[in-house]
This record gives sequence, structure tokens and C-alpha cells, in this order.
Amino acid sequence: MTVPGAWYLILAALLFTIGAVGLLLRRNILVMFMCVELMLNAVNLTFVTYARMLNDIGGQATVFFVLVVAAAEVVVGLGIIVAIYRRRRGATADDVHTLKG
Amino acid sequence: MIAVLRALGAAAAPPIGGTSAVHLAHASAWAVFVVGAVVILVGAVGVVLMRNPVHCALMLVLTLFGIALEFVDQAADFLAAVQIIVYAGAIVILFLFVIMFLGVDRKEVIGKEPLKGQRPLAGVVGVALLVEVYVLARVRHWTSGAHSVAGPLNTYFPGTKTPSAENVQLLGQTIYTRYLLPFEMTSALLVIAVVAAVVLARRRERVASEMARDEQEAPAP
Repeated sequence: MTVPGAWYLILAALLFTIGAVGLLLRRNILVMFMCVELMLNAVNLTFVTYARMLNDIGGQATVFFVLVVAAAEVVVGLGIIVAIYRRRRGATADDVHTLKG
Repeated sequence: MIAVLRALGAAAAPPIGGTSAVHLAHASAWAVFVVGAVVILVGAVGVVLMRNPVHCALMLVLTLFGIALEFVDQAADFLAAVQIIVYAGAIVILFLFVIMFLGVDRKEVIGKEPLKGQRPLAGVVGVALLVEVYVLARVRHWTSGAHSVAGPLNTYFPGTKTPSAENVQLLGQTIYTRYLLPFEMTSALLVIAVVAAVVLARRRERVASEMARDEQEAPAP
């Protein structure tokens, strides 16, 4: 337990940035969703690091709740994606630029 | 992995362990961190750059495993296990299932740029994000050092350096006492998510008004 917390924070910042850039670059909705997962995990790593640095169990409890919410989010998001694919065979985010039913 | 780290940590804890054990624990913690960091970054770059969505999902598994490694390195045993079970075991499988189900496991055409200047702008935004995080981190007024209401991460028997509770036990106590109401709310959230997924993904039948009309036209039994 001797690695300074700053290194973990740097790693988390890099991971968050890669996820954000991926979200902006990719056009496949599923891959964009995976990039959101990357960003969520970067924040989880930050929470665990601060829990260790500040000697506080609250950070780890927060990560637990983030995990639950992420699971629910993925379920609903993938349901929406399946519904979109049913309506139109589009594979990219650009194909769903209209909100008409 | 956890057992090995625990053994190393236990060897380093007592002062009679000598400096070699301390150095060993130090080196092992750094080794786990570096390996985990490489795994995380390779996986994340792979998610962004791979052209086949299935490969992206497999790279995501790599990143999530690396995160679990970093959790182990920081003595968050329970979260490391949950990370593997929930993320790598359930969420990525769900992703792969949807990819296979929809049959979109074909390569995305990356050569064509749909929006002019999207990629340079994405790079600029990424660099700006990193700089912003750095600047915010340099402003050192984010933590007061005071404890939250949740309690300490490490508890010791009074007067000793012997840990009095495992990470799993402490986290369980915290969630079932201080965070009991949010914990119950997550169960409601999961039920809502399941119902929403069923409603969204179900093939749409006739709408209610049509159904009522059909039943009116149907001959009475």
C-alpha cells in the first residue's frame, strides 16, 4: 500500500479523457456506450483512491452504489438501443438524428 | 493475488519484519500498480480504436480487469470482486449479447468522417479536459481533511496496530446502517430497470385502443 494516491488519480484522469475522446470520436452507439463505462470506471478509481487517502469508508460505499446504478443504466440503455434497431436498421448515432416517431 | 498481497502486507506490518520485507511489499504494490495501469490504458485505447464492436467489448473486459487490479492494490477487496462479477461478468456479457442479437458485429467504416473537423475537435476537447483536471487538482482546497459520517476505512484494536475488521465487514456495516435507505432505493431502481428493459425490448403488440376495438368486434362467446 505504498503507491502514492496521486499516481492513481493521474491514471484515472487519463482513463476519463480516453473515454471522453472515444465518446466524441465513435459513431456506433454501442461503442459510445462502452466509452461511458470507461468514464464511470475512471471515477470509481478516483473514489477508491480518495477513500484510501482520507481513510474514509464513504468512498468505497459510493463506488458500490455507482456500480448498481451503472448496471441499471446499461440495462435500460441497451433496451433503448434494441428498440431503435428494431425501428430502423441504422448502426450509427447519425441515423437517429430525427426525433419523429 | 489477494492472498499474496495480504501475506506481503502482513509480513511488512510488524517492525520485526525487517527492511527487506518492507521493500518487497513496496515493490509488489508498485508492480501491481504498473501492470494494472498498462492493462487499463491498453484496454481503453483498444475500446476507442478497435473497429469491430466485439473486439471493443473484449478490450473493455481488459480495462475492467485492470481497474479490479488497482482496487486490490488499494485494499478494496470487496469492490474488486464485485467489479469482476458485475462488470466483466454481467455488463460486458450484456453488451456482447446485444451485439450478437442485433447482428452489428461488422466493421464500422472509420475512414469516412461524417462531421467535418470532428476528430481534431475531439482531440482538442480531450486535451482541454486533461488540462482542466490538472488545474482543478492544483487548487488544493477540495478536501478539508475532516471525516465524513461514514466512518474510517481502517479500524484498529485500541492501543495496537492490529486491524479489527476486514474491508468486507466494514463496508457491509456501513451500507446496512448508515446507507440503509439508499441501499433499499437501489433495489427499487433495479426492479424499475428490469421492467423498463422488458417494456422497451418487447416486440410491440397492438395498441390498447385497437385491442379494445377488436374485442368489441369479436363475437360474444
